[in-house]
Amino acid sequence: MSPAREREVAPPTGPARPPGGREVLTGDEIQRALKRIAHEILEGNKGPHDLVLLGIPTRGVPLAHRLAAAVAGVEGAEVPTGSLDITMYRDDLRSQPTRAPEPMKVPAGGVDGKVVVLVDDVLYSGRTVRAALDSLADLGRPASVRLAVLVDRGHRELPIRADYVGKNLPTSRTERVMVRLHEADGAEGVWIA
Amino acid sequence: MKHLLSIADLSAEEITQILDTAVSMHEVQDRQVKKLPTLRGRTIINFFFEDSTRTRASFEIAGKWMSADTINLTGKGTSVSKGESLRDTVLTIDAMGVDMMIIRHPASGAPAQIADWTDCSIVNAGDGTHEHPSQALLDAYTLRRALGDLRGRHVAIVGDLTHSRVLRSNLLCLRALGAQVTLVAPPTLMPSGVAAWSAADGFETSYDLDAVLPTVDAVMMLRVQRERMSGGYFPTAREYAVTYGLTARRLGLLQDHAVIAHPGPMNRGLEISADAADAARSLVLDQVSAGVAVRMSILYHLLAGEGDAQ
Repeated sequence: MSPAREREVAPPTGPARPPGGREVLTGDEIQRALKRIAHEILEGNKGPHDLVLLGIPTRGVPLAHRLAAAVAGVEGAEVPTGSLDITMYRDDLRSQPTRAPEPMKVPAGGVDGKVVVLVDDVLYSGRTVRAALDSLADLGRPASVRLAVLVDRGHRELPIRADYVGKNLPTSRTERVMVRLHEADGAEGVWIA
Repeated sequence: MKHLLSIADLSAEEITQILDTAVSMHEVQDRQVKKLPTLRGRTIINFFFEDSTRTRASFEIAGKWMSADTINLTGKGTSVSKGESLRDTVLTIDAMGVDMMIIRHPASGAPAQIADWTDCSIVNAGDGTHEHPSQALLDAYTLRRALGDLRGRHVAIVGDLTHSRVLRSNLLCLRALGAQVTLVAPPTLMPSGVAAWSAADGFETSYDLDAVLPTVDAVMMLRVQRERMSGGYFPTAREYAVTYGLTARRLGLLQDHAVIAHPGPMNRGLEISADAADAARSLVLDQVSAGVAVRMSILYHLLAGEGDAQ
């Protein structure tokens, strides 16, 4: 069996050192963007009622927890937060080495009738989100599904868009966008190379 | 990884990867919609030349839950009973364009032989007295859930070791995961050459179940396979039950945290008493439910990735 494939972002590389390239978001800017997204989510939903935040592994999960903390900071309400593994729903399984699935954690209340906000780090082709929507459909029937991403780098291959975006980042397909978060990598920031 | 023929072909890392993936698969079992799209469009044939309940059913369920098309064939009721050779039968099935064959066969080594004849993935679902790798993986998974990390844990494997394919697979699997293993059986049911084998692979053997039980974290009882016995391996069933069965009295010898496993089918009253089989520390039904999750994980690792595409 082979190691997990690289996605739009590189896997954690051990030491807490920036990955190189041009820094487009600093740690502080990430926090500010998340705080703004938290406000936008609350505004769109008219409060924290029925909200469920689901992060897409790997880095969507810590982002979802940070968003939950930001929402709690604004409204003082606990928002159920979990992770949604999409490995089994990918459309590129056949053309890639076998990847190990990530843990799936759905909050105890489930997703039926809830406003589910999917959280990921980078929105690129849209295929990960497509897989997440399929995965979500097998878990239940949310009242609505929203998408929050830290970076939207364009080049969509499917009719999918984000509802909440930390930063729109025009890129070329040959460039790499690297997100680093304290929880997963030790470093913090977004780089482009 | 293309085939699963023997635990010996797997590294400790690969075993752990299969068990870890099975944890995710186990979660699917609790859902209302038990369906993953992962193996959509793949065809899996369950080819069983020997009787089976749980292995065949759980491989079939595992395949169906992952959206593969699964078909069951048995030796009886196919052209095998008209005298077609194994090779011709397998090539016929292969020519229909299947992606995987799950084989149970009374001859040791049959799945490995079949793997040479075809291009599809082969899973050994039990071959003669050789190996039963998926059973060993689900046993390890169940023990890991009950006991945590198996490194340094002590597991006794007790019973009809001569005729057991589960023994070899379990021994290899448990050793690879770092567990300490003791084999317990009457001298007539110890595999021949076990002395050299135990020296090479680093496990213990014993003829005295009472002495071993107080030291183990898990005891795995194996079925007395009367259908494979032609001679007198023990005087009477009753004597076997008294000397090597997991009786109500022997339950009292176990440590408080120790668990009981049995790959099934059980001969109640022979190798395992009803008290032991139905005890709270018995993992027998956990093993069955783990069977589906572990087999989903096996199918995933063999069929989902690159290199297996047609």
